[in-house]
Amino acid sequence: MPAAMAALFLCQLLGELAARMARLPVPGPVVGMVLLLLWLTWGRFTPKALPETSRGILSHLSLLFVPAGAGIILHVERLSAQWLAISVAVVGSTLLALVATAVTFRLVAKAMDLDQVAREGLGREETGRSGSAHP
Amino acid sequence: MTGTDPLRDLWVYLNTTPLFWLWATLVAYLIGHALHVRANRAPLVNPVAIAVGLIITLLWATGTSYDHYFEGAQFIHFLLGPATVALALPLFENLGRVRRMLVPMTAALIVGSVVAAGSAMILGSLMGASPEVVLSLAPKSVTSPIAMGISESIGGLPRLTAALVILTGILGAIIVTPLMDRLGIRDYQARGFAAGLAAHGIGTARAFQVHPVAGAFAGIGMGLNGLVTTVVVAVLVAVLT
Repeated sequence: MPAAMAALFLCQLLGELAARMARLPVPGPVVGMVLLLLWLTWGRFTPKALPETSRGILSHLSLLFVPAGAGIILHVERLSAQWLAISVAVVGSTLLALVATAVTFRLVAKAMDLDQVAREGLGREETGRSGSAHP
Repeated sequence: MTGTDPLRDLWVYLNTTPLFWLWATLVAYLIGHALHVRANRAPLVNPVAIAVGLIITLLWATGTSYDHYFEGAQFIHFLLGPATVALALPLFENLGRVRRMLVPMTAALIVGSVVAAGSAMILGSLMGASPEVVLSLAPKSVTSPIAMGISESIGGLPRLTAALVILTGILGAIIVTPLMDRLGIRDYQARGFAAGLAAHGIGTARAFQVHPVAGAFAGIGMGLNGLVTTVVVAVLVAVLT
């Protein structure tokens, strides 16, 4: 666990440095994610606990957005001044973006005949969670 | 009387230590999570939305400023960095799928990114939002540090964008599952990718609650959209305004 945390922080640190030095338009942690991916692909000196620690953090990823989320109270005035326009834009565009992205993904996958492979893959890893539209 | 009321003294003490708001954030999340689990993981019972609602109510009831709250909550907020790095792990474990789906992903990325930013700007201006609000809406599907940077560079209000990013994330996390079910899209790769692209980290958190493959693709969708939106928004601003 300490080794895994050290590895995560190391990648973030290097990511922050790289983003700063190269003036990348991407936040340091995102660069850190790419660095960790390269490290994992290289496959040497990776801490044993890394998969477990990462899964632990990611399984409660929602928690980490609560402090920033509560920051909405700072913007109540601004949001309420044009609430109707903002609501329509946020709801409408989020719906459209979700639909456009998923439909495009599926259409291209189908057109390229990646479908069969994808479904087999999913069947293997199906966890049997209730509530979704799986057959 | 002031200073002699033990309850009041206790509150004054609690309020000065970062421990209290750190703890309150954890408990608010635990309540949200418990309700989410109890509701059979129904998307509408979103843990982030519940926790944020509880914290805001508590801040309002106690007259606590957000800055003061954040002194305690920052320790949780800080973990967003290593958590983002940790997204490399599911990505690595699903590298085979990711390679296979490279073309569908790229197509979905371009279409999704343009629709997310373009439709927000068009709907906003059709509904009569002011020019700076329209510009603040443009990058709202992207993770907040990138979104605030884009907003600033095109003349939006970065702090308003930060709030819109959160609202978009919570909304996206709530509607993605019923929406995809209704569309008949069962592929967790496509579902996850859409959630991450349209609703950044909060959508990604939702995707991980549903399925690890969805989570992995959501992480990629979030990261790639952060990169692409910078360019897309610059072009859209030039075309639409």
